[in-house]
Formats: sequence, C-alpha cells, structure tokens
Amino acid sequence: MTIKKCKIAMILSAALFTATQPAWADITVGVSLSSTGPGAALGIPEKNAVALMPGEIGGEKVNYIVLDDGTDPSAATKNARKLVTEDHVDVLIGSSVTPSSLAIAEVAVESATPQIAVAPINLPPEKNKWVFRTPQHNDVMAGALVAHMKQAGVKKLGFIGYSDAYGEDWLTSVKPLLDEAGITLTTTERFNRTDTSVSGQVLKIVASRPDAVLVVASGSPAALPQTALKERGFKGQIYQTHAAANPAFLKVAGAKAEGTIMPIGPVVVVDQIPDSHPSKKVAGEFVAAYEAKYGAGSFSSFAGHAYDAYHLLAAAVPAALEKAKPGTAEFRQALRDALESSKDVVGVHGVFNMTPDNHFGMDERGRVLIRVEQGGYKLLPM
Amino acid sequence: MDFQIALFLAQDGITGGAIYALLALALVLVFSVTRVIFIPQGEFVAFGALTMATLQAGQTPATVWLLLGASAVAAVIELWRQGRRGSLATTGWRDAAKLLLYPAAVVALTLALPLADLPNIVRVALTLAIVVPLAPLMYRLAFQPIAEAPVLVLLIVAVAVHVALVGMGLVFFGAEGTRTEAFSDASIAIGPLDISGQQIWVVAASAALILALWRFFSATLYGKALRATAVNRNGARLMGFSPVFAGKLTFLLAGLIGTLSGVLIAPITTIYYDTGFLIGLKGFVAAIIGGLGSFPLAAAGALLVGLLESFASFWASAYKEVIVFTLIIPVLLWRSLTSHHVEEE
Repeated sequence: MTIKKCKIAMILSAALFTATQPAWADITVGVSLSSTGPGAALGIPEKNAVALMPGEIGGEKVNYIVLDDGTDPSAATKNARKLVTEDHVDVLIGSSVTPSSLAIAEVAVESATPQIAVAPINLPPEKNKWVFRTPQHNDVMAGALVAHMKQAGVKKLGFIGYSDAYGEDWLTSVKPLLDEAGITLTTTERFNRTDTSVSGQVLKIVASRPDAVLVVASGSPAALPQTALKERGFKGQIYQTHAAANPAFLKVAGAKAEGTIMPIGPVVVVDQIPDSHPSKKVAGEFVAAYEAKYGAGSFSSFAGHAYDAYHLLAAAVPAALEKAKPGTAEFRQALRDALESSKDVVGVHGVFNMTPDNHFGMDERGRVLIRVEQGGYKLLPM
Repeated sequence: MDFQIALFLAQDGITGGAIYALLALALVLVFSVTRVIFIPQGEFVAFGALTMATLQAGQTPATVWLLLGASAVAAVIELWRQGRRGSLATTGWRDAAKLLLYPAAVVALTLALPLADLPNIVRVALTLAIVVPLAPLMYRLAFQPIAEAPVLVLLIVAVAVHVALVGMGLVFFGAEGTRTEAFSDASIAIGPLDISGQQIWVVAASAALILALWRFFSATLYGKALRATAVNRNGARLMGFSPVFAGKLTFLLAGLIGTLSGVLIAPITTIYYDTGFLIGLKGFVAAIIGGLGSFPLAAAGALLVGLLESFASFWASAYKEVIVFTLIIPVLLWRSLTSHHVEEE
C-alpha cells in the first residue's frame, strides 16, 4: 500500500468512526433483549415494542441500539459492556428473562448507568440503586392469586414451577402469603422449559391430593403441566402465572386450558377493563398501534412491559435534561434520580410510583385476574 | 409410592426410552460409519415435528425452501467442481440439474396439495419427503469436504451445523412450541393403566424401525457394506464401496430416524424449535452407554435413560437432568477401565 492510499484509508476510517458516533447531546438507549434462544417468546414481542418507541423525548432525539443476548447471561453481560463502553449509552433496557437481566444489572451498577429491566428481578439493596423494573413484582401478582384461593376455600395447594430463578422467585413470593392465608403446600415440583414429559411430577402432585395447583411457567411450556394434570384427571382449580398469558399457551393447551385462572397486567384485557382504569387509554392506543404493525392478535403482555420502559423514560428524561447533557456521567446520575422519583407515571400495565426502596413501582392497579373461557380471557371481578 | 404410580412412571419411561433408543441408534450408526458425532440429530426431531405441525395448520412449511436452497448450493458446488475438471459441458449441467429435480418436485407438490384437508398419513409422508433429504444434503455440504479430518474437527463442524439449524428453526417456526394431532385417539385400559394410542404408536414404530435396521444391516448388501465401512473405511474403499456414498446413506438413515421420531412424539409433547438438542443429548447418553459402537447396548441404555428420567422426575424433579446426565460418569469410568481402545489415526 502506498503512502497516499494509506492516508485515504485513514481519512475514510476516521470519517466512518465519527459517523457511527451519535451526534452530541442525543440520548442513547442501549437495549439488550432475548430475541433468540429459550426466551425468544418474550424477547421477540419486546423487540417489536422497542421498534414502536418514539424517536424523541423532551425535544431531544433518541437513538436506540438494540442487541440480542440469545437468553444467555454471559452474552447479556457482553452486550451491556459494549453498550456502556463503546456506545456510551445513557440508559440500559433489558433483558427479557430473569437470569440475563441479573447479568446486565451487574454492569449497570458497576458503570453507574440506570437500567430498566423488563423482567421482575430481585436484587440485594446495594445493587438495587441503578436498577428499575417494568413488570409487576411477583408479590403483587401472587397477592392476587392467594386472595382468590382464600376466597375459593382452597386449603391445600400443589406447586409445579420452572427449575430456574422464575420458579424460585415465585415460590419465595407466594410462600409467606400462603402461610398467612392458612393454605399449606402439599408438594413442590420442578420442571424445565424443554422437558418433553412432566408425568412424574404430575403423578406426585395428584397423589398429594391438593385442592388446587399453581403452575409457574411461561408461554407454551406452561401448557405441559396443564395438559398433564387434566389428562391425569385432576379436577381442582389450576392457577397459572402472568408469564403464561400468551396466545401460544392457549393454542397448545387448547380445551384443557378452560377455567384456568391467572393474574395479568390490565393491558391484556384492555377492552374489558372499566374506563375508569388509569391505563385504559394508553394501553388501548398501544395495543392498537402494535396490532396495526404486527397483525391482529399478535399482542402479548411482554410487549407492554418493554413499552413501559419508554413511559418511564418519557417521564424522567425531561427532569434529567435540566440538570445535565446526555452522554455524561452527570446525566446518567440525574436520570437515575428522576426514575427513582417517578410519581403516578401511567404505563400500559398500570401506574408506577417509584421510591428509594421500591424500584418496581406497580401497585394493585397493575394487575387483574382473568379466567380462560372459550379460548379467550374473561376478566374476573376482584 | 405405590405399585400403580410405578406402573405409570414405567409407561412414561418406556415411551421416552423408545425415542431415545431410535436417536441413540442413529448416533451410533453415523459415528461408526463417518466418525461424526451427530449433534444435529435432534434438529431432525424438531424440524420433523414442526413441519408436521405447519402442514396440519394448512401452511407451507419453510423447510421446503431450506431443502430447495441447500440443493441449489449443492448444485452450484457441483458445477464449480466439474468446471474445474473441465467436464462442465459434458456432464456438469446435467448432474447439477439432477440435484435440483427432487427438491423442485417436493416444492411443487407442497404448493399444489390442499394441505389443510390431507389425511394424516399423507402429511407424514410429505413431512418425511421434505425433512429427510436435508440429512444427505447436510453431509454433502458440511462433512463430505472434510471427511478425512480428525474426529475433533468433525465434532466442531457438527456443533456449527447444529447452531445454524437451531437459528433457522427459530426463523422458520417462531419461538413458541406446538403440538400436532394424535394419529389415533384410541386408548387401551390395562388394569389401572390407560395407554394412549399414540404411546403404542411410538413404542411399536420404534420396535419396528429397530428390527428393520437390524435386518438391513444383516441381510442386505448396502447394510453389509455400511458395516464394512464402519469396521474399516479403507478396506471398504478397496472393495469398491465409495465412502462418500456410505456417508450419504448413513445420513439419510439418521435423518429418517430423527424425522420419524419427531413426527411420532409431536402429539404427546410440545415441541419447540430448540427441543431437539436435549432429546438428542439424552440419545447421546444412551449411545455412550453402548460405547458409541454397540446397537443393542445403546438401545438398552436408552431404555435405562427413559426410565431413570421418569422416576427421577417423580422423586426429585429439581435434579432430574442432573441425575440423567450424571449417569454418564460411572459409565465412562467403567468403560475406560475395562476397554483397551486403540486409536486408528
């Protein structure tokens, strides 16, 4: 290579380098979602929702950098590091499932970047400072279910859940509530998302003679214990968690899903919730926009969780902009402070009120109980 | 635990074991003939089941386009190869066209048939016609050029093919799982047991396939030639049996076994685009019990894996996979202490 060619190459690469750098003062949002791998059923609608986020907040242009972590915590860590060190993002959004969201939280805390997780992760207080979540805390959801069990006179409950952090979190959330309500757990069984059979676990549950069974799983894998229980002739009430509320679960479980009760965000039954519900309008608009772009019936509650990250940002960014310029450590600090003081921020899943101790922010307005009827959801009065 | 529960668990374990047995046989077959540890075996299970589900939904499965695309790549390679040899004008175009003939016919058939109202048996045949030929094509594209490479290289390529196929599976079929309609809704009650028609199908088809394979290897010329290749590749080549043909035939059989397993289990369980790997891995544990060389031992191992899995899920569901995969350690220890294996390379 001659010297002249060398120079041209250098200029070109320099030009390329500056072109990929965002213009000064744009807000950069780094997104890492599980749009492939075992969490893809959650990550794909979430990625779709990110594509619907407006490109401007408070008069500033917003750049979204969306990466896929393949539901792999180490890939999520790598993504988060790249977003923080190379792209100098102002806020991290992600990830879709608990394990990879925990991985991103490590980077968020270390690099002092606010994170909005789309999975309900639990963190020790010292790590909690920079991390906010859009989904309802499992306590909120479990509370609704246990209240229903108590009302229905359930005394003994069988439990079958994922053998991962989601199953474990639910068990720790639901246990104290059950004790309080005087409901005993007859057996605690585990299964994996990719299992082809849960006959053993289901036999054990049925043999322990519970009044009702709680299944803690997400999407279509949640249909496996559901169908196995019905096939073994279990007649009691089956409860599912909000992660099961998607079209794939209904499709795979078919008629065997009838009568199942689950807690979900109001957005999933937006046309059934009363007009007085604070989220009715934003949720209705979002579902309409989502289905207009991705087809009727394509909406799932996960898209709503991702979009609530935008609602939180839209409320917090203007306050942070007054204090500092995007792209600086001061801005990230100001954004974190603004997120923590979110007051009555209306999202599609409910209303957020963040405090230093509560980085979930959703209260009972963020959940409703539904029953599966004729392959659709029917809102239950609470 | 009483006798009745034990019966239920055994029934479940045998159904699972029958599928693992088929996959273990395919793994042993592929390894002994081509020295490839056939990681993508599980993908044929998933692709078979999901193609069947797509056909039942009345849609054109994307796997037909994969078949057409892979054949097109193979045809281009053939043209390039013959072009370099200078035989492009004489045989090149004809050979390339031959490669495209079958996939074009399958695509035409899939598009022409009224998929939504076909009888189930035709759908099974169509699924096999679409998915099984992917296996020899896979051999042609990924393994034939490196057939003489060390086992480790072949293993790494197998892993790469597996990862690529899982990614394609996600694009083709989406992230959510599906179930297919059962072959028959009949069920037989034997004492307290209620055996569903589909479980009988699985066990009977597995047994029939194992018997057919046994006949194939002991009584037919091609079967004997494959066995000869497994024992001594160079010897088989000297006797005029092409190792390339042996490789393709082996992959065809493995693809057939995998796809059929997928079609068989799709009505009893939910299949996802990435389910195949774990099923294949359990088949692999069974194959390891047979030392990657013995068909009857592998089948027995598969039954053991199936039963162990079923009983473990009753007693300690949180540790089920740990228990199944830990089985491999004592087996490896025992095998390495008792056998004196001589590396051929």
